[in-house]
Amino acid sequence: MQNPYLPYPVRIDSIITETEDGNLKTFKLVFLNAEDEERFRYVPGQFAELSVAGQGEVPIGIASSPTEKGFVTFTVNKVGRVTSYLHNMKPGAIMGLRGPLGNWYPWDQLEGKNVVIIGGGFAFTTLRSSIVYMLEPANRGRFGDLTVVYGARTPNMLLYKDELAAWEQRDDIRMHITVDATSDPNWKYNVGFVPAITQQKAPGSENAYAIVCGPPIMIKFTLPVLTELGFPPERIITSLEMRMKCGIGMCGRCNIGAEYVCKDGPVFTLKQLSGLPNEY
Amino acid sequence: MTEIYLPKDGLAAMVEQFMARCRVFGPVFQGQYHEFTQLTRAQGLDLNYQNTRLSPKALFEPHSERMFEYSVAKDDPQADILREAPKDYSPRVIFGIRPCDAYALKLVDVNFDTPQFRDPWWVKRRETTTLVGVACNQPCATCFCTSVGTGPFDGTALDVLLIDMGEGFIAESCSAKGEELLAGLSGVEPAPAESGEKIAALKTAAEGSMGIQFRMEELAGKSSTELFNAPFWDEVQFSCINCGTCTFLCPTCWCFDVQDEVSGEQGCRLRIWDSCMYPLFTFHGSGHNPRNQKLQRVRQRFMHKLKYYVDKYANGVACVGCGRCVQFCPVNIDIRRVAGMMTASCVCPV
Repeated sequence: MQNPYLPYPVRIDSIITETEDGNLKTFKLVFLNAEDEERFRYVPGQFAELSVAGQGEVPIGIASSPTEKGFVTFTVNKVGRVTSYLHNMKPGAIMGLRGPLGNWYPWDQLEGKNVVIIGGGFAFTTLRSSIVYMLEPANRGRFGDLTVVYGARTPNMLLYKDELAAWEQRDDIRMHITVDATSDPNWKYNVGFVPAITQQKAPGSENAYAIVCGPPIMIKFTLPVLTELGFPPERIITSLEMRMKCGIGMCGRCNIGAEYVCKDGPVFTLKQLSGLPNEY
Repeated sequence: MTEIYLPKDGLAAMVEQFMARCRVFGPVFQGQYHEFTQLTRAQGLDLNYQNTRLSPKALFEPHSERMFEYSVAKDDPQADILREAPKDYSPRVIFGIRPCDAYALKLVDVNFDTPQFRDPWWVKRRETTTLVGVACNQPCATCFCTSVGTGPFDGTALDVLLIDMGEGFIAESCSAKGEELLAGLSGVEPAPAESGEKIAALKTAAEGSMGIQFRMEELAGKSSTELFNAPFWDEVQFSCINCGTCTFLCPTCWCFDVQDEVSGEQGCRLRIWDSCMYPLFTFHGSGHNPRNQKLQRVRQRFMHKLKYYVDKYANGVACVGCGRCVQFCPVNIDIRRVAGMMTASCVCPV
């Protein structure tokens, strides 16, 4: 019987500081045992538990795409005990990885559809995984138009800046990068909050799904915009966060009504959420 | 089904026969109340109890348990790599468990043994344990097992059911495991011919003493969000002090926390009982807490037992009617009354 609580041992290959406040770092992890990598087969939208011996575990969305082989990446916000400790770890250190956990964005349903990705702040991680996955040459033809609205407080709070710039140059993805405000005279992109930019750029809802991840305030003001654009609740998809321990639907804390966010989620449609108690 | 008669003065000898074969756990009177522990001598077993204060769930999900061990020594090549903590999974008998507490294990199985993931510790302990239960001839005033799909003589979650006939016990096997356990016994007598009628009478009397106190069938048809938004939670939660006694005593409360502990260069990952009564249970790192109010936590406990579980597993309610939470709640919150409110509730516009 495989023990679902036992993390795979991994080595930190590299650590990149993503944002100017230093609170977001991307960890590239490499499995110590090749067979563990084989077992860790994931789909964009899933998360994993990062384990640090002596500190504990944290559930973090997977930022790499399964099309990227040989490593798994996680962008971690410095918040509590485990993440603060992680932020002080160095490349070469050994830690643990447990997963993949949870459900994923509904790739079967998204096939043949236009996909609008709307992200804010550091919730862009599993969206980054999804974009890389869809842009993979073998996958790109399975999806229609791909539109991305991504915002952060300032230019230097955006994640994955090199990739954003590269995507800007492509013609098979429409990028709408925005910041809340900037004093940078050379800023070439949008200025404004994500809901406002979404409204201005008005991605069509025809044959389209929207995937929305971001801080609660962004989600709150983006949902009415999407509804106005004609997205029905079953075609608005979001990913929830919740305090978790086991990640496999057993420890009991991450439920919303009868659904465990760790196992039945974290991905839900707005339609599913509207049938659940408002307690998240 | 094997059915045998065991005079009471032969009980210790029977337990000794089990002890010769495997580990035996049973209720022992320690300090102020009965508690399930491993028997070191057959005479320690004391069946003179109604319900133990703590349910025997800890024999399957210990209050705190080492999950993994690791070294954090700088020069250890295996440092920071978790390995399983050794545990004793040798066969064991739990002797004297109540039918309700055994039934609770079945209700909790659906949480720990799922098609996608299996909790190895729970599953292995379940597999290597034989449950010898004792029917309740005299349920407590707080008992209501008959209202939640089980009963004082329910053997469905047991391997062997003992029925106290006064001078002795009738032992009935309820499973292949139980059959095997009884087959190896020496010094037992066949059950007397007239015992069937007597058992039926004892069962009817015990069930009748509780009656049906609420109709759990009503719960499945209710809307989860309507119940969630019902006004009566304010009244239910008013006196609650969030002490968590109900969750610790409850045989179907399985929630746990996971913690790391390091001493010197050795560390372990532990799992420890947790409770939805505590604000930290759901407290996000960001400071947000979806259940930061007492009402939300109290509602969670009852909704989980009586509605969410019902909807998720189609396995009845997550309550066996042992009455411990009713008996030991310091402010007299009574799940039977709450269940009544939930089944009767009508969310009418005021």
